Amino acid sequence: MKYEKVLHKNLETPGYAGSLADYERLGGYLAIRKALKEYAPAQLIDLVKRSGLRGRGGAGFPAGMKWDFLPKDPAITRYLCCNADESEPGTFKDRQLIERDPHQLIEGMMLAAYAIGARVGYIYIRGEFVYGAQVLQRALTEATRAGYLGKNILGSRTEIDLHLHRGAGAYICGEETALLESIEGKRGLPRTKPPFPAIHGLYGKPTVINNVETLSNLPHIVNRGVEWFISIGSSPKSPGTRIFSVSGHVNRPGNYEVPMGIPLRELIYEQAGGVRNNKRIKAVIPGGASAAFLTESSLDVKMDFEAIAQVGSMLGSGGVTVMDEDTCMVRAALNLMEFFAHETCGKCSPCREGSSWLVQIMRRIEHGHGRAEDLDQLVRICNNIGGKTVCAFGDAEIAPILSTLKHWRSEYEYHVKEKRCMAGDRGEELVGIGRH
Amino acid sequence: MNPETKKVEFSEKAQKEIREILTHYPDKRSAMLPVLNLAQAEFGHISEDVMVMIADLLDLTPPKVYEVLTFYTLLNEKPVGKYLIQLCRTLSCALAGSENILGHLKQRLGIGIGETTPDGLFTLKTVECLASCGTAPAMQVNGAFYENLTRGKVDKILDDLKRGAQPVLKPMGEN
Ligand SMILES: Cc1cc2nc3c(=O)[nH]c(=O)nc-3n(C[C@H](O)[C@H](O)[C@H](O)COP(=O)(O)O)c2cc1C
Ligand code: SF4
Ligand code: FES
Repeated sequence: MKYEKVLHKNLETPGYAGSLADYERLGGYLAIRKALKEYAPAQLIDLVKRSGLRGRGGAGFPAGMKWDFLPKDPAITRYLCCNADESEPGTFKDRQLIERDPHQLIEGMMLAAYAIGARVGYIYIRGEFVYGAQVLQRALTEATRAGYLGKNILGSRTEIDLHLHRGAGAYICGEETALLESIEGKRGLPRTKPPFPAIHGLYGKPTVINNVETLSNLPHIVNRGVEWFISIGSSPKSPGTRIFSVSGHVNRPGNYEVPMGIPLRELIYEQAGGVRNNKRIKAVIPGGASAAFLTESSLDVKMDFEAIAQVGSMLGSGGVTVMDEDTCMVRAALNLMEFFAHETCGKCSPCREGSSWLVQIMRRIEHGHGRAEDLDQLVRICNNIGGKTVCAFGDAEIAPILSTLKHWRSEYEYHVKEKRCMAGDRGEELVGIGRH
Repeated sequence: MNPETKKVEFSEKAQKEIREILTHYPDKRSAMLPVLNLAQAEFGHISEDVMVMIADLLDLTPPKVYEVLTFYTLLNEKPVGKYLIQLCRTLSCALAGSENILGHLKQRLGIGIGETTPDGLFTLKTVECLASCGTAPAMQVNGAFYENLTRGKVDKILDDLKRGAQPVLKPMGEN
């Protein structure tokens, strides 16, 4: 099926280069004009609430509701932050939105800033996005020159300034309170919540943090209305489109914008062109490395927040990683565990110590030195991390091991008993995780 | 503090940029990462004297800068080669054969992970997901993406760099 593109409409238009002129030619910056004219900030918050737009960064929290948590007293300074840290393994949608349509994001931020009454917003972009930062900086300069940003935007006496803030390599800075610490010039250590950023955020002021894709939805909701937005997608709780980053053993990896709720099978086989070499699917991660692995038997699940949760995983960041039948699950889980062990910020001991123990045991199993008791030991350690940490990283890091152990325990047992892997050798070209 | 630390200074251009950066925040300390990123672009790595200079600039004690410097992986305390190669090792790249690419890079450069070639040209590192998973395997050279890597492509990249070509910043899928 072909679906109408929304966030990808401009960037998939031939010749579109993302300049201000390009963006305006395709109807850009009409939404902010409309909002400034037709909606008071509270009405804009209400509109976004009614649209049911949910966060695209990972947790899926309703955006309008989050905005509404801010104190109403306009005398209190408040901030907007765009989370452009995109570091969740398997996810590469924000990068494309930034590189190819920066003004869509800027207009989205203007709408959010206007709604919550923020005069200053920061875009926290991961340090590796050197090109993306260049594109955004150019776009910010263009928008300021054209009067879209600054002290008196479009003659409305509304002040909005947006600044780019580049990170310097740390996955944890995508966690919203670590992101705030990082902007404040500190190490990116997550804060204990509550208080939540809506009350006590950047510099102790009320702050909204939203993901790039979440914010990029806003101009469209304002232009086309709540009814239209809700009509996309299958479930009342998951309206709108979703950009899925599909990678791994598929014929056409890439970013696919589709209505939320299409079956996972359709996403893989129709959008992403099916599995390479017509192999069978062994495993799919539906929402970034923090989401539990699913088996082939879950391929008919709908890609919306509720349905994915029902099969024991999460929609998360929308990063869909497909692994074919030759892939070694122990090795895949070890790969991600090494990621988490490298990225733990070290603030709380279950996560700091646990991640390094988990890696050690996983390496031992993978390298043929596993012991029979190791499998239960893995579960025990995971259970001592889950729910016992300062931030959600703790729950995320145990997902790969727990889910692969649940679905493919026999592969772990085979490693321990036979001291080798049961997945096949896949030959030179496809080597990777299947091969030992 | 080492009494022999040399006096280091930002270029005129960087100083101007820093003055602009400071206007973005209600608090000087927030200029930390922007200034560290700028310093790295200017000096290649953050030496002790650069760190002290930044602490001065932001009215902080050097340890406050040091703790940040050591937290973020893109900031180098030590000099690196002229070209810093950062190859992704995370799952989607591994599924696409990043281990082969790593082996090839090691062999071509004659160095291991974290090492620099004797001529000071290349430093090789593995890093975590670069948000290039759909164009895997992927790496960055001095911040520029190189994607859909094959052995042949790596050979060409290395040869070009050796010949003096500079890495070019390009959007996803175009390099
Ligand atoms: C360990 C960790 C890493 C995260 N990384 C990101 C990220 O890279 N980008 C992002 O938008 N959200 C990330 N999040 C989610 C943010 O904390 C936050 O929920 C999100 O930015 C809110 O925006 P949204 O409501 O628009 O999704 C991460 C969360 C955790 C716990
Ligand atoms: S759970 Fe891990 S990443 Fe999160 S605060 Fe604790 S140590 Fe840091
Ligand atoms: S896994 Fe290598 S870029 Fe994402």
